[in-house]
Order: sequence, then C-alpha cells, then structure tokens
Amino acid sequence: MPPLLEHLWVIPALPLVAAALAAVTPRRGRRFAAGAAIAAMLGALAVSGWALCLALADPAAHRVANFTWFALGEGAVRLGWLLDPLTALMAVMVSLVSLLIFVFSLGYMAEDGNFTRFFCFLSLFAAAMLGVIVANSLLLLFICWELVGVASYLLIGFWFHRPAAAAAAKKAFLVTRIGDLGLLLGLVWLYDATGSLLLYDGGHGVLEAGVLAGLATPGVAGGLAASTAIGLLIFCGAAGKSGQFPLHVWLPDAMEGPTPVSALIHAATMVAAGVFLIARIYPLMAADQALAGVPFHALTVVAGIGAITALLGAMIASAQHDLKRILAYSTISQLGYMMLALGVGSWVAAIFHLLTHAFFKALLFLGAGSVIHAAHHEQDIRRLGGLRGPLRTTFATFAVGMMALSGVPFFFSGFWSKEAIVRAASEWSVSSLPLCAALAGVALTAFYMTRLMCEVFGGAARSPDAAHARESPPSMTGPLIGLAAGAIALGFLGTPAWPWLQSRLTGTRIAPRSLLEGGGLMALSILLVAAGLAAGWALYGRRPRTTAAAPDPLAAAAPRLYAFLGARMKFDELYAATVGRLHAFAARLADFLDSRVWDASVRMLARLGERTGAANSAADSAGLNAGFDAGSARIRGVGRAYSRAQTGEAHGYLRVLAVGFVVLALLALLGGGR
Amino acid sequence: MSSLQLCLGFSSVLFAVGLAGALGRSNSIIVLLGLELMLNAANLNFIAFWRFGPAPAAGTGVLFVIFAIAVTAAETAVGLALVIAIYRHQHNIRLAEAVRLKG
Amino acid sequence: MNAALIAIALFTVGTAVAALSRRNLLHSVLLLAGSWTGVAAFFLWAGAEFAAFAQVLIYVGAISMVVLFAVLLTRRSRDDLAPEPAARGRAFYAILTGTAVAAVLLVTVGRTAFPPGPALPPVLTVGQIGDQLMGPQAAALLVVGVLLTVAILGAVVLAARDGPAEPGDRR
Repeated sequence: MPPLLEHLWVIPALPLVAAALAAVTPRRGRRFAAGAAIAAMLGALAVSGWALCLALADPAAHRVANFTWFALGEGAVRLGWLLDPLTALMAVMVSLVSLLIFVFSLGYMAEDGNFTRFFCFLSLFAAAMLGVIVANSLLLLFICWELVGVASYLLIGFWFHRPAAAAAAKKAFLVTRIGDLGLLLGLVWLYDATGSLLLYDGGHGVLEAGVLAGLATPGVAGGLAASTAIGLLIFCGAAGKSGQFPLHVWLPDAMEGPTPVSALIHAATMVAAGVFLIARIYPLMAADQALAGVPFHALTVVAGIGAITALLGAMIASAQHDLKRILAYSTISQLGYMMLALGVGSWVAAIFHLLTHAFFKALLFLGAGSVIHAAHHEQDIRRLGGLRGPLRTTFATFAVGMMALSGVPFFFSGFWSKEAIVRAASEWSVSSLPLCAALAGVALTAFYMTRLMCEVFGGAARSPDAAHARESPPSMTGPLIGLAAGAIALGFLGTPAWPWLQSRLTGTRIAPRSLLEGGGLMALSILLVAAGLAAGWALYGRRPRTTAAAPDPLAAAAPRLYAFLGARMKFDELYAATVGRLHAFAARLADFLDSRVWDASVRMLARLGERTGAANSAADSAGLNAGFDAGSARIRGVGRAYSRAQTGEAHGYLRVLAVGFVVLALLALLGGGR
Repeated sequence: MSSLQLCLGFSSVLFAVGLAGALGRSNSIIVLLGLELMLNAANLNFIAFWRFGPAPAAGTGVLFVIFAIAVTAAETAVGLALVIAIYRHQHNIRLAEAVRLKG
Repeated sequence: MNAALIAIALFTVGTAVAALSRRNLLHSVLLLAGSWTGVAAFFLWAGAEFAAFAQVLIYVGAISMVVLFAVLLTRRSRDDLAPEPAARGRAFYAILTGTAVAAVLLVTVGRTAFPPGPALPPVLTVGQIGDQLMGPQAAALLVVGVLLTVAILGAVVLAARDGPAEPGDRR
C-alpha cells in the first residue's frame, strides 16, 4: 500500500490545523491567520496533486485504507480513506478553487474587523469538504457533511448583527437539515441491511457487487428494492445540500454572506457535495436498473428532480435584479443539470460539469464580488451599468465566465460539459422530458446571462456608486484571471474527440468519437445558445436601460409571468403558509401542553404537597396539639378540682376519713359480709 | 353478751369519743389527745382479743401493744413538736388556721 | 368479772369525755391521764401486766408530761379560750360522726358470734416477753429503737428555735 494512501487524511487535516490556529489568533494576527490558511491550502493542493498522479496511474482501482475506530460489542465501527480518480480530481479542484478564493478574500475582507474569524471558518469549511471527498466510510462522510453544514451556517451568518444574514443562515441550516434527515435514515437502513458503512472493503463494502446484489431485490413496501429506497433517502440529503427542488429555497438567501463565501460554498464546493455524493454511491443508485417490475427506479427520480430544478432555476433567474441572486439561481439551475446527468445514466458527465462549473461559477461570483466592491456594495443591477470602462479586467474575466456558463461553443469549458449532459439525456430510453428541459435551459441560461452582462457592464452608469467605480486591487483580480484560465482550459479535457476525463474517471478506455457524430444535437444546442444570446442582446443590449426606475422589457412583454418569476415562484410564501404554519402550530401546541398541562400538573402536585403539608400541620396543631392541650387542660382541671379537696384543714380530712369508714362499714354490713 | 363483746364495745365507744373530740375541737393539742384516745382504744382491742381469742399463750397481742405504745409515744412527741412550730408562726394553736398546705 | 369490766369502762369513757370537752387545757390533760390509767386498769384485769405497766409508765408518766410542756409552751391570753362561732356546728357534726361510727362498730360487734374464750387469763411471764423480743421480734425491736431515735431528733429539730428571735417571744 503506497504510503500516501494511509496518510490521505493529511489533505483535510492541514486546513483543520489552520482553522484551529486561526481560532486562537487574536484579531491583530490577521497575517498569521490568513497565512496559515493559505499555506494549509497550498499543502493540501500539493498532496492532492500527488494523490492525483497516484490515482491516474491505475484509474480503475478504488484503493482504500480502512481502520477500526472503536469496537462496539461484537462489531466494530470502521472508517477509512478512499483513493480513486474521482476523489483525486475533486480534491484538486476543491483545494485549487479554495486557494484562489482565499487569496481573493485577502483583498475583499481587508476592511472587515473579523478578518481572522473569517479565515478560521474558511479553513474549517475547506477541511470538512476535503473530508467528505476522501472518506471511504459513509459515517465519516456524514460527520464531515454535517461539519460542512455548520461551516456554511457560520459563514452565511458571518455578519450576524444583520438580521437578514442571521435569518438566512438559520434557513440554510434548517432546510439542509431536512435533507440530512433523509440521509441519516438512508445510512441507518443501509447499515441495518448490510452491516457495514464502508464503501469499498475488499468485497464487503456497500458499493461492491456482492452486497449490492442483496440490496437490489424488491421487497420493500410498494414493491421497491431496498437499494432504491436507500438511494432515494440518501438523495434527500444530496437534494438539500445541492439546492434541488423543493429544497432550493435556502440558496438565494445564502447570498447574505460575504461574496467569497458565496463563491466558495455556494458555487464551487458545498453545493457540489450533493452531486459528488450521488456520483460516489452511483453503483448503489444504479443497482435497481436491471429490475423490471418495480414502480420506478431511483435514478428516474433523480433525473426528474434535476430536470425540474434546471428549468426552474433558469426561469427565476431571468426575472431577478440582484446581481448575486441571479448567480444563485443560475447555480441552482446548473446543479439541476448535474443531477439530470446523474439521473440519465452518465455520472461522468455530471462530474465533468461539476468541475467546469466550479471554475466558471467561482469566477462569476468573484467577479461579482469585484463589481460590488468597486461600486461600494451596490448589488442591484438596475442601479449599475457602464462598468465596462472602469473595470476592464473584471469585465474581461466576467465575460469569459459568462460565455462558459452560457455554453458558447468550442472554446469554453461550459460548452463541452453541457454537451456531454445533453448527449447523455438524448440517449436515455425512459423519457425525453429531461432532454427538452435541458435544451430549454440552455436557451434561458444564455438569455439571462446576456441580460446580466448588459445591465451591469453595458450602457451608462445609472447611480453615483457605479459612476465612481474603480478597478479592484491585484489580490482580487489575480484569482479572477486564474479562474478564467481554468474555465477555458478544463473544457478540453472532456471533448468527445479526446475523452481524457471520461476514461480516467471510469477507468475504462473510451473510444474517441468524431465531433460530427451526433452533430445534429450539437448544432441544435448551438442554435439555442445563439437564440438566447440574441434575445438577450435584443432586449437589453441594443437599447440599454437608461434609469434605474425604468421597467424591465420582460415585464412589459409578460407582466404576470414576470411578476411571478420575480417573486421566485412564491416558494417561500408557500412554505411559510404550509410548513411554517404547521411548525408554528406544533410549537404553540407544545408550549400549551408544557405550560398548561405538564407545568400545571407539576404545579398541582406541588400544591397538593403544599396542601397536604398545611393540612398535616393544621391537623397536628388542631388535632394532636389541641388534643394534647385539651387533655392536659383537662388533667390540669381535674387536678385543680382535686386540689380543692386539699383544704389544709386537718379536721376536714379526719371527718372524711370517719364518714368514709362509716359508709364502707355500712356497705359491708348490709352487703352481708361478716 | 360475752365478755369479749363487752370489751369490744368498750373500745368502740372509747374510739368514738376520741374521734368526736378530735373532730369537734379547734385546739391542736386537744386534737392530738383525741388521736391518743383512738390509739388507746385500738390497744384495748388487741388485749381483748389476746385475752379471749384463740391461742392466747403466744404473746403476740401484748407484744403488739408494747410496740404500739412505743410508736404512739414517738408520734406524740413529733406531733407536739409540730404544734410548737406552728405556734411559732401563728401565735396560737387553732388548727383551723393552719391551712397553709391548702391546695 | 363483768362488773369490774363495766366499772373500768365507765370510768375510762367518762374521764375521756370530760377531758375532751373542757375548755381548760390543763384540766383536759389531767383528765386524760386519768383515762389512760383506766386503760391500764383494763390491761391488768385482762391479765397483761406488762402492758399495763408500760401504759402507765409511758402514757401517764411521759406523754402527759410532754403534753403539759407543749401546753405550757403554747399559752396565750385568755381570749384564746373563748369559743368561736363555728365551734357549735363543728361540735354537732363531730358528735354526729362519733355516734355514727360507734353505732356501726357496736352493731358489728353485736352481730358477730365469737367463740367463747378461756375462763382464766393466760399466763405470760416477762421472761417469755423478753425471749420474744430478743428472738423472733428482734428486728422489730431494733426498728422501733431507730424510730424512737429519729423521732426524738426530729422533734428536737422541729421544736428548736430556728433563725433570729421573733418579736413577741419571751426570751
């Protein structure tokens, strides 16, 4: 076993140590905290790179290093580390993107007083995320999963004195918690069914053929297979973390956190964790594909949810006017694409898109951060504008990101990864609805990104903040350039002509295909992209908005639809009216029970005790004491009465004696005594 | 009427006289003297039974009378000492006035 | 035999009644001494000579003297001897009580059928009394001795003057 395999835990451990150091650093120690975090991330990146080399040497193998954590009766709780191409690629991506965002934060958070705390939480998050990636045990993965959630909560609510931020952090935590409940149930079921939570364990792991065969038999309620049910439960957790419908409501609100946080957590890494999890347990999810008589397969549900989310996110993004919110809904939409890819049978396409999306979405968020920083924290796109001139580097890199996201063909990574998804969707035999949703989403994505670009960078400045914008410092623009390079370069790793990524991920040799094969689909998607770009340009670019208060052209065209989309399809209102009210009712009921029933009964018991005591005391004083007193008084009275006989007169005594004697004698005589 | 009954009648009358005297007079010394008479009557009883009763040869009756006389003497002495002590407090010997032991 | 007895009885009871009804204490004491003599005579008639001697010696001899001493030590003026208003009632009830007691006792005596006793008085020598006192009744003798000692001491203590002289006491 190569030494790195046993020490794979170093990758998450380095940022964890940096987090611990930053936690005890005083506020003045900014350089130390930031330096520790960045150094740890560099170290993690280096080790991840080394792991990648190791993994690519033998791409088909899942190398594990398992150990026993503690013994529990007859069984033992075992954990372990896993090294395969998926792990290594994800680790490299996460550490690289985190590193760039850490550097960006040096400039972005320079004026914030809680600089050290920020880097502490960032390092903690990075450590937890890397832990999720390298874990071979679902238990370890779950622990790190929850840690990721905690770090997300801490970072979203970083400016906790703002009520909106605190509420957003709480919402994120609670909504992902709902998903995590499903995840936990799935894990428990899995452990009960198989007796292990290790993924690969020399034949006994839950992703290995023998165990899966046992799980894939229909037997659960409704005719489902155990693997289907378990897979869907685990998918609940993934849906929560990755902002799938219907648990997507937390992601837009999470934009209350600082922009680097939005870039790191809600674009590149944490939201990708759900996709990564499903990709990781793909054998389990796909185990029921061969079964015939089941009502539905697990992956069908995943595909459906993914398709809905992709379309939903794109539609709502078209009607938002907050810069970061547009990007948030865009993220939701792209995550939907990834889930769609997983569902239709190509986890490789999903991971490919995840990797490219990490780069260009992080780029877009950091670019937005740069814009916001330059425009003195103005986030409303209606009040921005004309920033192309002052913010050249930001504009250029943002444009790269936008084109990658929209899927501008050939040159940008987003095109190739989206192509892979669309191709996989077209090859799905169950239904073509995901394909339609994907294609519609392609057009909409191009449309709203064009809208964003035109509103923010085009036209003239529509507010004093926009007018006085100046380019950001190099510590902020540097990472933008780095990410832009990645957004371009990564695409070439997965083209059909050179399926390097696909073959490395699956460990099988995939034959390269000509670009023209299946070209009809590619041409269709290119057309849709062009259509979306043209529509966006036509509405927003040709005649740019002149004032902030001017109505949106879409609003004029379809006012009711625009208002509905602008209100985010009223999901929050729906949840508040149903789940929120139910919860409030339950809380009120519990409070009522507690204060009126339990508390009252406790109080009644106390009062009973009190009354018993008082009654006891009263009985004691009235009954016993009074009885005793009365008895004593009577004795005293009798004594006093008797003492009246003690006249002190000798004559009296003598007389009594004599008379008594006479009476007794008479009695004796008359009674017949002798 | 046998001799014994006469003797006993005699002692009864003497006893009654002693009692009446003790009850009727207020002078402490007279009361004590009445007490003496009653005790004497009791002695008379003893001798009468000794003389006329069964087994007179055993001198129990006489012995008892001797002891009784001795005890009575002691009691009289103490009683008179008490009278003197009372006299010191009340300056007379009216028994009706000596009621300080009244309960 | 009975005549002597009746004579002795009448004498004794008569002097007793007289003794207890006199106003003058000295007269009472002397008359009572006579009564005690009558009792001694009865002892003689019954054949208990030793008891008779003891009676005379102790009662007539010692106790009369003691009573006389007491009388003389507790004399007051002549008002003391005046009868008080309550005396009449008390005397009436006393005589009533005495009569009742006498009646009860006499009735009892009369109704009882005693077995006839010996005709001659029994012989009891001093020697026999002495044997009894030193023998079976030795314990009683000792106790009586102690009793007498204690009584004397007690009487002395009681009658002795305690504390400073009270006004009115003649020194």
